[in-house]
Amino acid sequence: MAGFGGQGILSMGKILAYAGLMDNLEVTWMPSYGPEQRGGTANVTVILSDSPISSPVLDTFDTAVILNQQSLDKFEEKVKPGGTLIYDPYGIHRAPQRTDITVHRIDAMEATFDMKSSKTYNMVVLGAILKITGIVPIDSVMAGLKKVLPERHHNLLDLNRQAIIRGMELVTD
Amino acid sequence: MKGNEAIAHAAIRYGVDGYFGYPITPQSEVLETLEALMPWETTGMVVLQAESEVAAINMVYGGAATGKAVMTSSSSPGVSLMQEGLSYIAAGELPALVVNVMRGGPGLGTIHPSQADYFQATKGGGHGDYHFIVLAPSSVQEMADFVGLGFDLAFKYRTPAMILADGIVGQMMEKVKLPAPRPRRSEEEIRKQCPWAVTGRPEGRKPNIMTTLELDSYKMEEHNERYQRTYREIERNEARYEEFYTDDADYLIVAFGSIARICLKAIEDARAQGIRIGLLRPITLWPFPSEAVERLAAKVKGILVVELNAGQMIEDVRLAAARQLPIRHFGRLGGIVPNPQEVLDAFHREFIS
Repeated sequence: MAGFGGQGILSMGKILAYAGLMDNLEVTWMPSYGPEQRGGTANVTVILSDSPISSPVLDTFDTAVILNQQSLDKFEEKVKPGGTLIYDPYGIHRAPQRTDITVHRIDAMEATFDMKSSKTYNMVVLGAILKITGIVPIDSVMAGLKKVLPERHHNLLDLNRQAIIRGMELVTD
Repeated sequence: MKGNEAIAHAAIRYGVDGYFGYPITPQSEVLETLEALMPWETTGMVVLQAESEVAAINMVYGGAATGKAVMTSSSSPGVSLMQEGLSYIAAGELPALVVNVMRGGPGLGTIHPSQADYFQATKGGGHGDYHFIVLAPSSVQEMADFVGLGFDLAFKYRTPAMILADGIVGQMMEKVKLPAPRPRRSEEEIRKQCPWAVTGRPEGRKPNIMTTLELDSYKMEEHNERYQRTYREIERNEARYEEFYTDDADYLIVAFGSIARICLKAIEDARAQGIRIGLLRPITLWPFPSEAVERLAAKVKGILVVELNAGQMIEDVRLAAARQLPIRHFGRLGGIVPNPQEVLDAFHREFIS
């Protein structure tokens, strides 16, 4: 998962990892860390597996989630043949070129504008990931979210659920 | 949770008496997590942000002299500042735990992962003839487990112990099972366990005096000989390591910490292509598992040592191998982490083509 700092990439990865935990999967979450605050680039490698995970660092990926141009330039070639690339065209001026992988265009930023809720952008993207990959069910994500979010923010759970469902609806093919 | 967070949780659960530290990337979450958990309100553990790493290590020195279980954590440049204190703690034969979540150097370097402090950690670091026990975790689980193990060994041998981690295992999140909480020792229990402590004598008696200065060279030689006896005993008893796929291996990779996991993935990929490589992961870097290296070197055609440095542990591998065979190095420097394919490419370059 890669994009701009501030888009919620690291949190989205963390929530997916927690969802994996809820499903009793082995998980690793390995961020690019450092001065990646709002505006810089950020990426995270999340592995969910039903067997023990050796390396948390990978050279090729089953699925890439790409949310800006720099990340597309860097990671498009690293998707395994037959793998999946999910991207949001907002801010991307060159569409993915690969033909040996499945490419999904998800207009998540546009949907977020329509929902007037920019802070749930990453949850819209996550919804699309869940629908496309089927890696974990939405209920596991919600259970994970409940665990990650401090109790005072539990009133936001429903808003996040709606954003995830909106993201699922964006997947057409 | 993150590896750094696991260290903080494990420290509270172990019943640590005091943590003294100063923030530095990539280990600041240790101090941050401790501050957030506020253990002073539950176990009574002291958590203090010192004014510098020099102050922090000297607070550890003072706390350790009273038999308390005390620790600090930092990253490479900060650990360099602590070397004088570490030499004093080793000379005072005091138990303490130091965590180094390594970043790239030299100098201020980079905040990204590195293993370039292997020499500093295993060969002394400060002045004088001393060692301390060095544990190299490769998972978040081991970050948690090695807090307890480090303190247990430190108290058993009266020597400082270090967890030598890197930015990867500090920053990554994984499943972890935290150790069961146990209460801090009472003053009475500490006095019983640590009669050598400044405060170790019965109440009303004069306190023990702890100094590392000895102007009589004959006495100083005796002290040194005693340190060395302890080190030999640690070397005999405490070398730890883990082996993967070594039974039928034609080649061996030696790697420690998180890099060992990247190598394990590379080895699994190589085996899918019919190339039989085994992995030796030293868990203690000092004492170094020399016997395991010697045993495995006797039956493979070559050894690749993979480290995030320009070639440090490879010296210990060469010393231990005890026979002529190709021993090559692959390293990335300055904060770059190789992926499994790069490790495999390096293996092919050195041994196949």
